[in-house]
Amino acid sequence: MKFTLEIWRQDGPGHIGDFAHYEIADVSPDMSFLEMMDVLNEQISEADQVPVAFDSDCREGICGMCSMVINGSPHGPIPGTTTCQLYMRHFSDGETITIEPWRSAAFPVLKDLIVDRSAFDRVLQAGGYVTVHSGPKPDPNSVPIDPHVSEEALDAASCIGCGACVAACPNGAAMLYTAAKVSHLSLMPQGQPERESRVLNMVHQMEAEDFGACGNHAECQAHCPKGISINFIGMMNREYRRALSAPKDRRGHMDSQ
Amino acid sequence: MNPITLYHSILGKKIIMAVTGSFMLLFLLLHVGGNLKVFLPDPQPGMADINVYARFLRTMGEPLLPYGFALWGVRIILIVSVLLHITCAIQLAHRNARARPVKYKHAAYRETSYPARWMLISGLLMLCYIILHLAQFTFGWINPAAFNTPDVFGDLSRAFHRPFYIVIYLGAMGLLGLHLFHGAWSLFQTLGLDNPDRNRGLRLLAMVISIGLPATFALVPLSFAVGALGPAIPEATSAAMTGGN
Amino acid sequence: MKLDAQIPAGDVAGAWARHKEHMRLVGPTNRHHYRVIVVGTGLAGASAASSMAAMGYKVDCFCFQDSPRRAHSIAAQGGINAAKNYRNDGDSVYRLFYDTQKGGDYRSREANVWRLAELSAGIIDQAVAQGVPFAREYGGMLANRSFGGVLVERTFYCRGETGQQLLLGANSALARQIHDGHVTMHTRCEMEDIVTVDGRTHGIVVRNLVTGEISSYAADAVVLATGGYGNVFNLSTNARGSNVSATWRAHKRGAGFANPSYVQIHPTCIPASGDHQSKLTLMSESLRNDGRIWVPKKAGDDRKPSDIPEEDRFYYLEDRYPRFGNLVPRDVASRNAKEVCDEGLGVGPGGRGVYLDLRDAIKEQGHDAIRDKYLNLFEMYERITGESPWEQPMRIYPAVHYAMGGLWVDYNLMTTKPGLFAIGESNFSDHGANRLGASSMMQCLADGYFVIPLTIGDYLSRHPYGDVTTDHPAFAEAEQEARDRIEGFFAIGGNTTALTIHRELGKIMWNHCGIARNEAGLKEGLKLIPELRDRFWSDLRLEGTSKGINQSLEHAGRLADFLELGELMCRDALERDESCGCHFREEHQTEDGEALRNDSEFAHVSVWEHMGKGNPEVMHKEALEFEALPLAQRNYKT
Repeated sequence: MKFTLEIWRQDGPGHIGDFAHYEIADVSPDMSFLEMMDVLNEQISEADQVPVAFDSDCREGICGMCSMVINGSPHGPIPGTTTCQLYMRHFSDGETITIEPWRSAAFPVLKDLIVDRSAFDRVLQAGGYVTVHSGPKPDPNSVPIDPHVSEEALDAASCIGCGACVAACPNGAAMLYTAAKVSHLSLMPQGQPERESRVLNMVHQMEAEDFGACGNHAECQAHCPKGISINFIGMMNREYRRALSAPKDRRGHMDSQ
Repeated sequence: MNPITLYHSILGKKIIMAVTGSFMLLFLLLHVGGNLKVFLPDPQPGMADINVYARFLRTMGEPLLPYGFALWGVRIILIVSVLLHITCAIQLAHRNARARPVKYKHAAYRETSYPARWMLISGLLMLCYIILHLAQFTFGWINPAAFNTPDVFGDLSRAFHRPFYIVIYLGAMGLLGLHLFHGAWSLFQTLGLDNPDRNRGLRLLAMVISIGLPATFALVPLSFAVGALGPAIPEATSAAMTGGN
Repeated sequence: MKLDAQIPAGDVAGAWARHKEHMRLVGPTNRHHYRVIVVGTGLAGASAASSMAAMGYKVDCFCFQDSPRRAHSIAAQGGINAAKNYRNDGDSVYRLFYDTQKGGDYRSREANVWRLAELSAGIIDQAVAQGVPFAREYGGMLANRSFGGVLVERTFYCRGETGQQLLLGANSALARQIHDGHVTMHTRCEMEDIVTVDGRTHGIVVRNLVTGEISSYAADAVVLATGGYGNVFNLSTNARGSNVSATWRAHKRGAGFANPSYVQIHPTCIPASGDHQSKLTLMSESLRNDGRIWVPKKAGDDRKPSDIPEEDRFYYLEDRYPRFGNLVPRDVASRNAKEVCDEGLGVGPGGRGVYLDLRDAIKEQGHDAIRDKYLNLFEMYERITGESPWEQPMRIYPAVHYAMGGLWVDYNLMTTKPGLFAIGESNFSDHGANRLGASSMMQCLADGYFVIPLTIGDYLSRHPYGDVTTDHPAFAEAEQEARDRIEGFFAIGGNTTALTIHRELGKIMWNHCGIARNEAGLKEGLKLIPELRDRFWSDLRLEGTSKGINQSLEHAGRLADFLELGELMCRDALERDESCGCHFREEHQTEDGEALRNDSEFAHVSVWEHMGKGNPEVMHKEALEFEALPLAQRNYKT
């Protein structure tokens, strides 16, 4: 197979980027998209040019590192998959393929197709945890958990933090990511004590980053490689509303006068 | 719930939009109910049922409340709602525009719809329409000479025998449908009232509202236009019927 | 090199408790004076960094990925063992110890393995407390499954993404410490070197992968949690970025490297489809519970597999191992697959694959039952190969999966360099010559949550804090060496890319130091690798500069280390003139083709000491003692 590739090249954050055109031939349909990019980079390198920088690591769809917008779709045209699990047989011979980075003010381009997703980490750090130290803990079976609840939490926890939701959202919002993190822990019994503070802190951190606002377009869900549902966004909205209306700290005010 | 916190947060602004939107939707449901009174026979000769209703809106609550008090109460809620709804919408749109400084060559959308992506446009056009609508039927600025508050039926009749207004009103109802198509579903999602078991129902409800409500509204101008509600009532008749006040 | 394993005297049961009781501690008010560096944020690194920070130590944590969550532990699928005996099927600490020792073919240190088994239950408790959504039964109790051919059900799991959930748990604890300022996280940073001052490890040199800047960090101790080196084979189930550089550079600075030749090969991976292949994807071994493995009886049979009648199929595992059949241990399954392919019976591109057929299971259990169990795997297979497992049997082939070897550590997980610790896959300690399924995460988390936070205190309490800063000339020296090394790559100006050389290295390693090894092959490998290394140093093509992001440079740096490690692996495999676990020397097998150990000569850990550039490495031995579990030959035939 052969392809014409239009790839976004950009030297660094703040630099002006543009599309560069490449022709690639002898592509096997069994190559993964990133393997095709490897071959392209070999070709570019042999022409004494600087290869295209792109992120990837596990190449099995779980680390969330790969991040390409292919023909306008984050992670490409096949739903429910990451870029690394996309294969060239999913494209037609002779096609022109456009490859861009995640485009979001919150994810500045570091180089070519590599973006800085540390905003996600800061959202997580704001409250995406249960405060526990390492050490002896009660037996897990002392707190039975309905398997349906646990599975629902796992549906949310399956988020791989790739950022496709932000890239896909017409508004560049990070609601699905934040909602997945919030929902996972607010469903689990272990997450209850910090339930209110968690959603408030995480939402406010999300808002402090340069993400847009949710428009309920559901593009995030449609492009999420793990198929995480916008129902979790509804759940986060509910949690947020609940947290805002939760009683204030009443310590020391528990008198009836 | 601290309103300031709410207003300063994006999620809060969305909640404000959902709540104000639902007030407006509720109002529209009442409004359309009132409109349908044009199809009722006159309770007494020379007195259209809708005119009775229009008078009731002002005298509602009397003598406990002063004349027009309840109506103004509703109006104030609506005005505040509209202002908040629009302010939040513009602020959020601004933020959204900043969130993606470099656009995609061609974004390949999968799930979103044109109504959803054009909410701001349809909303702003709706605002223009509301101003026109108020100017025409509430304040009578369009044609002060012919405007007659007590004879709502007459005002409607004169307006909707003119093709210009028919087109404007039908177009506006189309826009309303588009805005509600996304807005009505959205408010459940934003308020977190959705859940997987009732989402199908909520989507359906939004669909029914977004088609049913504008269609019912459109019945009035259409009925006048096709002559089902009689010929245009001359200004003089209106004046005579209500004693000119 | 002195190898003092610091194993507590007496019975292994209770050894860890006794050891802890006599350990020196750092008081809570003093801990914040001590600075610890953790390199790597996988299960071991994240759990260690968060646990130490929670105790009060100041931690600097480094990873080369853009977020700590992406470390390759995230990809572990199957599950994690814990001796909880929830199923009342006779499990115990002893039995988990026994299975691990036996699985490791008696090439691990008893005291470490016992401690691992003891700590296993606490890991599940810890993870659940963090909110990890393990699979539950209808009553709300934790679910278990059996894994890796053991006789009890002790594996805890979250669908097929146990690694991701456990790592997210550890990562959430880390996130909290970062938020509270106890951990300073440095992402997209690669460790270039360790810095030693007066015999103690006092810091590291890193390259910021975004700016290209070389800088140093000083600390009172350094913990490496940098994973395994499977990528020396180029193709493995490891992430593309997984590398040996951190441990290898520590090794070159004097840390002993133990058992480098012990590499686990996983039998059920999707075969490579061509030369372009960049990694191999693992498919859960659970498929072997229902699948039958076969090849056509006749070489070159190019009929569609579904058209090949029963009598022309060779169910070689069922044939050769009637008792365990398709469920023989990983190494046996891998070796047999390679053998049948070597005989020319292999299927798929290059004849490197065997069929894993669920046809009979679908027939017996019904379409729905199989769908419930394996739908994810079927979809994954179809996405990668474009073939539907419902219509055609899947093709599988073994792939490099896990490195049992690594930096030598004592019972406190400290390497031969004082102040340098190694945890998780980067050390050698608990898996012997072969790792039991569902044990890697267990080891990483035991090391990170429960062992290192205590043993590091014992080390730190013996030394003053903050006595060395990056102003010490040793840092400037190490930084300069790192810069020189990097500029050296650019100075070569040759014609061959790192990827091309890596592919060749992978082929050499696979052919000469892979599933089955022999003297002649290893010697050939020892000839080819230095040649390839010379080619690397004389003909490397490298574009761009050392400033800013340069992924080719990152690759070249990692490959340079693999090219040295590969040689050591061959040497280690050659010196170990016996078969054990995954190390199968064709010269040493039983009549049935089983690995034949030589306990009288090789019941030791081989620890290699780097003697400086150009000098051959020197091997030291740590003798292994077997008191709790006497040696026995493994036998899966009867």
